[in-house]
Amino acid sequence: MTIDWSWISGHTDDLTTLTVSHLQAALTAVFFGLLISLPLAVVAHRVRPLRGLLLGLSNILFTIPSIAIFVLLLPISGLTRTTTVIGLTVYTLVVLLRNTVEGLDSVPAKTKEAAKAMGTRPLRTLLTVELPLALPVIMAGVRIATVMSISLVSVATYIGDGGLGQLFTDGFQRNYPTPVIVGVVLTLLLAVVADALLVAIQYVLTPWKRRRA
Amino acid sequence: MYELFKNLGSWLTSGAQWSGSDGIAHRLAEHLQYSLLATLIAMAIGLPLGLLIGHTGKGAFLAINLASFGRALPTVGLVVLVFLASGLSMTPVYVSLVALAVPAIVTNTYAGMTAVDPDVKDAARGQGMRGHQVLFQVELPLALPLIMTGLRLALIQVVATATIAAYVSFGGLGRYVFDGLAQRDLVQVLGGAVLVAAVAVVLDLALSGLQRFLFRHRTA
Repeated sequence: MTIDWSWISGHTDDLTTLTVSHLQAALTAVFFGLLISLPLAVVAHRVRPLRGLLLGLSNILFTIPSIAIFVLLLPISGLTRTTTVIGLTVYTLVVLLRNTVEGLDSVPAKTKEAAKAMGTRPLRTLLTVELPLALPVIMAGVRIATVMSISLVSVATYIGDGGLGQLFTDGFQRNYPTPVIVGVVLTLLLAVVADALLVAIQYVLTPWKRRRA
Repeated sequence: MYELFKNLGSWLTSGAQWSGSDGIAHRLAEHLQYSLLATLIAMAIGLPLGLLIGHTGKGAFLAINLASFGRALPTVGLVVLVFLASGLSMTPVYVSLVALAVPAIVTNTYAGMTAVDPDVKDAARGQGMRGHQVLFQVELPLALPLIMTGLRLALIQVVATATIAAYVSFGGLGRYVFDGLAQRDLVQVLGGAVLVAAVAVVLDLALSGLQRFLFRHRTA
């Protein structure tokens, strides 16, 4: 199996478009995943009986195969980018929800009591005390969800989307390995770069963690 | 929409759909066969590796990075790549499924081993137990719940992903998904998807129930 370098140099525009579209699908999914799981995690953290229910539900959603989720969405949203993003979002929920709940759990009770004693209102405590302290655990979840989404986007190639995944179908149909190799390498690269960027973002967002190191 | 679900219902429940070589029963058996064999191969690779890394404490870097590499590797791309390299055989299917399962097994086995209380290991050594005795009689039993979680996660992921066998012209429940997509037969596609999802969810519930039963006397 050899790489046809001239194919790569002749398709740089296509590759750029596919990479951008791939990343866009993954990041949109993580964004909506956070948008949904943050409030749910706060509820799960505060209301004990709902906790098992919400975490269990997200676990069950996670066991549904990604191809099945995409296909099951077809009658609702058809062969569109929306289907891809909804499917990926469902997958991010289990990681994001679990990590956010664990992150909120990890905030010391004394810190919360101190905030209360200082007269900080509950919402303000949540936004300025609890969430920032939970950030490292939440960010660990965001990193996993992002890497996972980037890898899963290619499954959506079966429903006509899939970003870099289209290179896999293309190479498969033409019995031509170069696009497939390029697709795998670019997906791995995207994952590595996105993960490194998230580490950098976390470093910037948690200045109090740095002094210890 | 209603019509679609009605058709899906009759597709799933008709006797003719369940029998024959393209019947649900046969496809289900194929699907389970691929999944179980792939998970067994992955166990043979992942368990010794995870135990070794956990016992010696060497290669922890590998164990952690293997997990993120496994998450990042696109299975669809891998199966096509191995298919183009090896031709029409079950190899691409098993390579991709094993590659998917090994990281989950290694990292959970490793996590289970590192969670064993160091005092307990010291006590075992202090009683004169040898390295392999500590590993098999102390660390392994204590790490077992997490190891089983890893195996369960791996199996569920493999079951979910074994649909790709049909993409490279083999059987399993993915057959319905890909044939249906090619024939623009949405009922068949949905039927396949529902079956795969049901198998994954049922297996997950059954195995986590088994786990709870086996380790019911443990507090942690």
